Amino acid sequence: MSNINELFNKELKVINMGLKSFAEELKSQDIKVVHVDWRPPAGGNKKMAALLAKLKK
Amino acid sequence: MLQERIQNANKEALNRILSAQPTLIGIGVAGEIVPGMTKKTILHAGPPITWDKMSGPLRGAVIGGLIYEGLASNEEEAIALAKSGEITFDSCHHHDMVGPMAGVVTASMPVWIVQNTTFGNYAYCTLNEGLGKVLRYGAFSEEVINRLKWMEKVLGPVLKEALELKGHIDLKTMIAQVVMMGDEGHNRNKAGTSLFIREIAPFVVQTSFSNEDKVEVLKFMNSNDHFFLNLTMPACKSTMEPAGGIEYSTIVYTMARNGTEFGIRVSGLGNRWFTAPAEIIDGLFFPGFSADDANPDIGDSVITETTGIGGFAMAAAPAIVQFVGGTPQDAINYSKSMYEITEAENNTYKIPVLNFRGTATGIDIMKVVETTILPIINTGIAHKEPGVGQVGAGLVRPPMKCFEDALEAFVASMEEKGLIE
Repeated sequence: MSNINELFNKELKVINMGLKSFAEELKSQDIKVVHVDWRPPAGGNKKMAALLAKLKK
Repeated sequence: MLQERIQNANKEALNRILSAQPTLIGIGVAGEIVPGMTKKTILHAGPPITWDKMSGPLRGAVIGGLIYEGLASNEEEAIALAKSGEITFDSCHHHDMVGPMAGVVTASMPVWIVQNTTFGNYAYCTLNEGLGKVLRYGAFSEEVINRLKWMEKVLGPVLKEALELKGHIDLKTMIAQVVMMGDEGHNRNKAGTSLFIREIAPFVVQTSFSNEDKVEVLKFMNSNDHFFLNLTMPACKSTMEPAGGIEYSTIVYTMARNGTEFGIRVSGLGNRWFTAPAEIIDGLFFPGFSADDANPDIGDSVITETTGIGGFAMAAAPAIVQFVGGTPQDAINYSKSMYEITEAENNTYKIPVLNFRGTATGIDIMKVVETTILPIINTGIAHKEPGVGQVGAGLVRPPMKCFEDALEAFVASMEEKGLIE
């Protein structure tokens, strides 16, 4: 618990993956943030994700 | 390991693409030089298609082609002949050929002869007719036929002799220069057309033709900013063809549309086409026209994007947004996003505003499906009725289905070989 308190007492540098609005919220509060344009593999298409997985073995 | 085989195969595909040397050798007549061409063959853009499925511009171009060849004397006769089964329709791509928009090629047409001197393979393309009411947009009026006849009797022969005097023209270096000058080689060809005229004009002057013919030829080329497109296309075709047929490669070596369907071919899957309905282009329309008038995506010119120019080099041609919409920053963003779906950066075609980064080259179907980022294509919009002509310009993507079907077929092929447990 004390580690987390220590973390939040320091300057936070954040990497945000997924919803861009989360990063924008942090930016508006002057928190340093990098937004990663992450999406689930194949846009969440399970059939395609499974096919891709077969080729990565 | 399968992954390693795929990686090695894709590296080989890129080595072949990046070591290509597309070179303009001369001009020939389609019926004499294009493999498999006959008097009753009509080649067209895109994947194979039958008469009954052809869209307006392609039908119009077929009608025009039959009249031009003297196989029909009017529209009615041409349609009857097209339906009769006597005419062989085939994809340009199956004959080392590429054609812009409808891409119709018939036996008497003069064609550019381009050779990839690294591998020795050839690619051909007709000479660009100009803008407005032209065969490639489905027009077949007397004016169109007369222009085609002039191209056969004057333009082709004059340029053929000029090239014999000049010798070969290195298209790879020329395309590298035009990408530095604000062209992207598909939808913006002002610089390329200018450079080509500069190279060939002194030799046109030295040919044995009349002054009147020489003046007409020079004026004709000068009046058409897209004259160079019909050289970038076979340059790209000759570049990509040796990258086809590499076992285990997931690199796309053909993209093409026939106005009804969009098709791709993948290196490790040989000659198989993966097709889906072509999309409607999103862009800016000329006054008086709208999206309701637009034909779906058509033409072999997307071979430019397949090779890493065209939309992939849009960042090098920011002025193009005045025709297709958006801002110069959009043009940069589109080109940058293409690095997510390609195997390598081009060693020759460099984009100044991106610190001379090579264009994104070698589309990988796995990356397209995984990221859901589709190739961006910069193109003209044809009216859906034959004979009206270009009605605008814009951006379009291939259908994702092409890449998904190709991936499914690739996995099935690996399973057949016993490489997947």
